[in-house]
Amino acid sequence: MKLALFADIHSNLEAITACIAHAQALGADRYAFLGDLVGYGADPVAVLDLIEQHAAKGAVVVLGNHDAAALGHPDDTLKSNARTAIAWTQAQLGAKQRAFLEGLPLIVRDDNRVFVHASAAAPEQWIYVTSLREAEESIKAGNAGYIFSGHVHEQKLFYMGADGRPMPFRPVPGTPIPTGKHRQWLAIVGSAGQPRDRINKACYALADFDRGRLTFFRVAYDHDSAAQKVRSAGLPERLARRLERGA
Amino acid sequence: MDELGPGSEIDGFRLGEIMHMGSMASIYRLSGRDGPLPLIIKIPRLGAGERAVNVIAFEVCRMVLGALAQGPHHPTLVAFGDVETTPYLVMEYVEGVRLNDWVQRAPIAPEEIARLGAALALALHDLHRQDVVHLDLKPTNVLYRPTGVAVLIDFGLAHHSHYPDLLAEELRFPVGNWVYMAPEQVLGVRCDPRSDIYALGGILYELATGHLPFGKPSTVAQLRRRLYRDPVPPRALVTDLPAWLQEIILDCLEIDARDRYASAADVAFDLANPGQVELTERGSRERRASWAMLMRRWVRARKFEPAPCPPPSTRIGPAPIVLVALGLTQSDEALFEALRDAARHLIAAEDRYRVACVTVVPPAAALSGERYEDTATGRHIKHLVNLRRWAKPLELPEERLTYHVLESEKPAAALIDYAKMNEVDQILMGAPRSGAPARLFPGVSAQVVAEAPCSVTVVRPRSEN
Repeated sequence: MKLALFADIHSNLEAITACIAHAQALGADRYAFLGDLVGYGADPVAVLDLIEQHAAKGAVVVLGNHDAAALGHPDDTLKSNARTAIAWTQAQLGAKQRAFLEGLPLIVRDDNRVFVHASAAAPEQWIYVTSLREAEESIKAGNAGYIFSGHVHEQKLFYMGADGRPMPFRPVPGTPIPTGKHRQWLAIVGSAGQPRDRINKACYALADFDRGRLTFFRVAYDHDSAAQKVRSAGLPERLARRLERGA
Repeated sequence: MDELGPGSEIDGFRLGEIMHMGSMASIYRLSGRDGPLPLIIKIPRLGAGERAVNVIAFEVCRMVLGALAQGPHHPTLVAFGDVETTPYLVMEYVEGVRLNDWVQRAPIAPEEIARLGAALALALHDLHRQDVVHLDLKPTNVLYRPTGVAVLIDFGLAHHSHYPDLLAEELRFPVGNWVYMAPEQVLGVRCDPRSDIYALGGILYELATGHLPFGKPSTVAQLRRRLYRDPVPPRALVTDLPAWLQEIILDCLEIDARDRYASAADVAFDLANPGQVELTERGSRERRASWAMLMRRWVRARKFEPAPCPPPSTRIGPAPIVLVALGLTQSDEALFEALRDAARHLIAAEDRYRVACVTVVPPAAALSGERYEDTATGRHIKHLVNLRRWAKPLELPEERLTYHVLESEKPAAALIDYAKMNEVDQILMGAPRSGAPARLFPGVSAQVVAEAPCSVTVVRPRSEN
């Protein structure tokens, strides 16, 4: 089984399409979408419809904080550009898209795997897993071999040491990492739709469970078109530039 | 695992004579129907009473050996078993003499030390270039092939900057061989290739004097002495030792990694060219640092800040790729040579470049031949052979070359797709020559230039007149 993992897609159709095509070419046969399907970008309806099609074929999909905000749940942590984009997104969504979002769980457990947008310790609190303490809490609460999450836009892998402390690792894109079943792994797969590390390539990860390998990827996509759509939609210019620059 | 012995089988591999029974793993020669095979199997000691580091060392060894490009300086990994069920590594049996054999005869002649040391330094450099630090260099972990090439074995404690460092968690106690361990390693730094240079210095010291630079520490306190103490200068022990050799040894053994040789290749060069070693105070030093100096260093050592690890050699992402598009239907040796020349220039400028040799042919369905050469497989193989023939004069190692026969009615689109999919950094292709039939297909280079996601160089052989 090869599971492709996408997070923080943020209504970026060009990015998610490129990532899915990349994963398919590498033989992905299962998909997981780790929340923040909408927000920031200009294609909420097309992106949600695409993900719903995958969900109908068995893909795992969980809710993110931007998705919750688009459903009208107040979120004080969102900054002004994000709020503007959410207000715009709400106006685009039809009943079908809203119903799909409303049906999404916060966390999914499947066998030895846990899928969650932010921390498995408190999915509804949208905690950023950026420190070892947060990683440890998420791993312990997740209580599974593999925890896959997003929220933080940069790719990161934590692995539990023998002494119960997680170790951080910054993955090298394209290098398959042996992820043995006897350890616990917390993978933050990176943002597909809004990378922020000055590299304007979409992030995703591919887990090959038969071979025990996890590979993080950066995929070039048509960020110019995505940015142009953001401008045409009248969304803040900063959000368009962010796609062009990856920062 | 205790019941294993000569004659036992693991996953179809038959164990032969036992070669080594260590605290972390056992090593057997593998045997076939007609006697011993040129392979060994390494089985970690696991189970009750064994240390967790044994499992981790097994994982690390598998990861690092699996990631290294095939080369003469480390054994080739042939097969491995699952860490949870039947952990084992099957590797090339390296025919050779252990460095330990010379160490036991130490002190040995400076020329001999230079030869052994230079070969070892080159092996380390090969490793460091691939972002691997060995971190467990000792005379029993180095073999010399009959050709004189040094081979590093046992990568159980190694660090590869592309992979999570599974051993970092075990660092409450410094792992590795304490005799040759670098000061920064004592403090838990595991990413500095200069730590291997320090260990190399320790080995050279031992070969030159028959003594260990810091004895055999048995407590962490004794181990920590090297954070401020310098070794007795080798010439104080062996009076006729040449100054150049002491200079090299003490340079390798500098406490601060920044004061050591920057790369193992530099050590190899100096050992191979003793006449060119720049002699400093190190070469003529006759005694250790004064007590006053030691006091100052000791105070500093209490807050010893190891040097930051040098950045990995590689940038984000895999090695860059140059795609060479070749039209094989009409052979045009002048153009092929021009493309080779262009490829050589790129490779010379960036030694990590991988070359993808690509040709585009019409889809198999368009073929209707009866002869083998006209069948899809026959044709495919013929093209692969031609691609290899083109690449051979480049004299690149096999792992830096790949060959692809793409099937498409639209060659330009196929090349552009390939370039996008594989994040190609540069495309080289032939230009259509005026007056002659187009090289690849008409208009292809124009379209590739217009639409490729990277730089495109269109190559034209210099005309005869």
